[in-house]
Amino acid sequence: MLDVKNIYKTFNPGTVNEKTALRGVSLTLNDGDFVTVIGGNGAGKSTLLNAVAGVWPVDEGCISIGGVDVTKLPEHKRAKYIGRVFQDPMMGTAATMQIEENMALAARRGRVRTLRPGITRDERDHYREMLKILDLGLEDRLTSKVGLLSGGQRQALTLLMAALRKPDLLLLDEHTAALDPKTAAKVLDATERIVQKDRLTTLMITHNMKDAIAHGNRLIMMYEGNIALDISGEEKKKLTVEDLLAKFGQATGSDEADDKLLLS
Amino acid sequence: MDFLLSFLNSMPGAVGQGLAWGVMAIGVYITYRILDVADLTVDGSLATGGAVCALLISMGANPWLAMLTALLAGMLAGLATGLFHTVCGIPAILSGILTQLALYSINLRIMAIGDESAKTKNSLAISVDRHDLLVSSRNIRKLTPENPILLLVVLVVVVIAVLYWFFGTEQGSALRATGSNGNMARAQGINTNVSKVLGLVVSNGLVALAGALLAQYQGSATVDMGRGAIVIGLAAVIIGEVLLSGVFRNFALKLLACVIGAIIYYGVITLVLRLGLETTDLKLLTALVVAVFLTIPYWKGRYFSKAVKPAKKEESAHA
Repeated sequence: MLDVKNIYKTFNPGTVNEKTALRGVSLTLNDGDFVTVIGGNGAGKSTLLNAVAGVWPVDEGCISIGGVDVTKLPEHKRAKYIGRVFQDPMMGTAATMQIEENMALAARRGRVRTLRPGITRDERDHYREMLKILDLGLEDRLTSKVGLLSGGQRQALTLLMAALRKPDLLLLDEHTAALDPKTAAKVLDATERIVQKDRLTTLMITHNMKDAIAHGNRLIMMYEGNIALDISGEEKKKLTVEDLLAKFGQATGSDEADDKLLLS
Repeated sequence: MDFLLSFLNSMPGAVGQGLAWGVMAIGVYITYRILDVADLTVDGSLATGGAVCALLISMGANPWLAMLTALLAGMLAGLATGLFHTVCGIPAILSGILTQLALYSINLRIMAIGDESAKTKNSLAISVDRHDLLVSSRNIRKLTPENPILLLVVLVVVVIAVLYWFFGTEQGSALRATGSNGNMARAQGINTNVSKVLGLVVSNGLVALAGALLAQYQGSATVDMGRGAIVIGLAAVIIGEVLLSGVFRNFALKLLACVIGAIIYYGVITLVLRLGLETTDLKLLTALVVAVFLTIPYWKGRYFSKAVKPAKKEESAHA
C-alpha cells in the first residue's frame, strides 16, 4: 500500500542548524499492515510521517501510495489517500467550527469542493451514529464548537475524521502523547477499534515501547534517520521490552535506547 | 434642545453612510475574522470601486452596470493581493500594502479615462441632477422610494443572504476551515492557497461595491476616499462584535452586526462633530476607538479571566 524508496531529507542545508533527518529510508507497507514506529528524539519518526504526508518535498527518493507516485504531489492533494492525526490535539480540528462541520469537511477529503451544501441532514444522522462509537457524549453536541472540547475529545474526533472516508493510509503521529494516561488509553483503544474495523493500513508513532509492542502486526525502530529494526509476524507477537532493547543494541551498536526510550 | 434636534436631524445621514460602510465592513469581516488575515488592500480597492463606478456613470452607463463593474474591479485587486501572498510568498499584510500602493496610481488613471485634457485625476464628480444615481445623500430626508436608505437596506440584506449561502457550501466551509486551522484544512485536502485567494477576491469585491455606493452617495469619487478605510471597517466589525456577540450567534446575524457596528460608528462620529470636533480629527478618533475596542477583549482575557478553570474541570470530567 505504501512504498517509500530511499528518501533523504536535510533541514536548513548550508546553515549552522543543518540537520539531516532522513538518510535513505526505505519502507514498504502491505495492505492492512498496522505498523508501530518507535525511536528516540531526533531519530526521524515524525520526519518520516511528514515526508509521507507531503508537508514539504523530500530531497531524494520516491514515495508511492497504492501504486500512485505521490512524491511530487503537494500536501492537500496527497490528503486524498491519507488520514492523519497529529501530536498536538489543536492541530487536527478547526476550533471555531462545529463538530458536525469538522466531520463534514473530513467527509469531503480528496473531493472537489463545490457550491453544494457543506453538510446535509443525512450526514448529520450518520455522524451522530459514528460519534457514539467514541463513547464521549459527543453525539449530543453536534453543533458545539470544537474549541470547547478537551484535548482528549478533540484527538478522538480527529481520529474519527481521519477514518471517516476510508483512507489508503492512516498516519498517527504520537497522537496520545499530549494526553493524560487515562485519556491516552481511551484514545488508543478507539484507535485499535477503528483500525481493525476497516483493516486500515496504519503507521503509528509512539513514545511508549509497551504500546508499540501491544499494538499492530509490525514494529519498526528508527535510529539516526534510518530504520534500525523491523520486526513482524510471530517474532512481533512474542516481543518484550527487554528483547527490543537487546535487539536495538545489536542493530546499532549503541545503548542509547536504554537512556532515551526507557525514560520516556 | 437645539443640539439634540440638530443631532437627530443628522441621523438619517449617519444611517445612510453607516449602511454603505456596512457593506465594506462585511468585506473586512471576511478577511479579518474568517480568513484571519489583516488585508490592507481595502484602502485602495474602496477608491477603485468609487473611481470605476463614477467613471462609468459619468460616461452615461447604467448605474447597476457601473456597480457591477466596480465589484469586478475590486475582485481583481483582491486577486492581485492573493497572488502576491500565495504565489510570490509575500506576507499577507505586505501583499495588501503593495496592492494598495499600486492602486493609488491606477485609480488616478482610471478617473482620467476619456478625458483628453488630463492624464490623471484625483477626483471625479457625479451629480444626481445630471446622472442616474441609485443612492444619493441629496434624497436622504425624502419619504419616497428615492431615499437611499431603502436601497441600501435591500442591498445589505442581499449581500448577507448571498454570503450566508456561500459560507454554507462546501467551498465556503473550506474557506472557513482555512482561516480556522490551515494544517487541518490541508490534511483534509483543501488547497489553502486557493481558499485565501478566493476570500481576498470576495472581500475586495464587496469593499469596491461599498466604494461605488459611497461615490454615488457623496456625489464624487476621490483618490483619497479609501484612506484609513481598513480602520473604519475594523471599527465597525469590532463595535458590532463587542456590543452584539452575546446575542448574535448565527452567521448571518454576525454579518449584520458589522453593519450595525458601522451605523453606530457613524452615529458616534456625527455626535462628536456636533460637539465641535473638526472632520480632520476623525482619523485620530477612529484610531483611538479601534485601539480601545481591541484592548477590551485582550485585557478581559488577561486580567479578568475566570474561564480557564471551568474549562479544565470539563476536561477531566469528559476525558
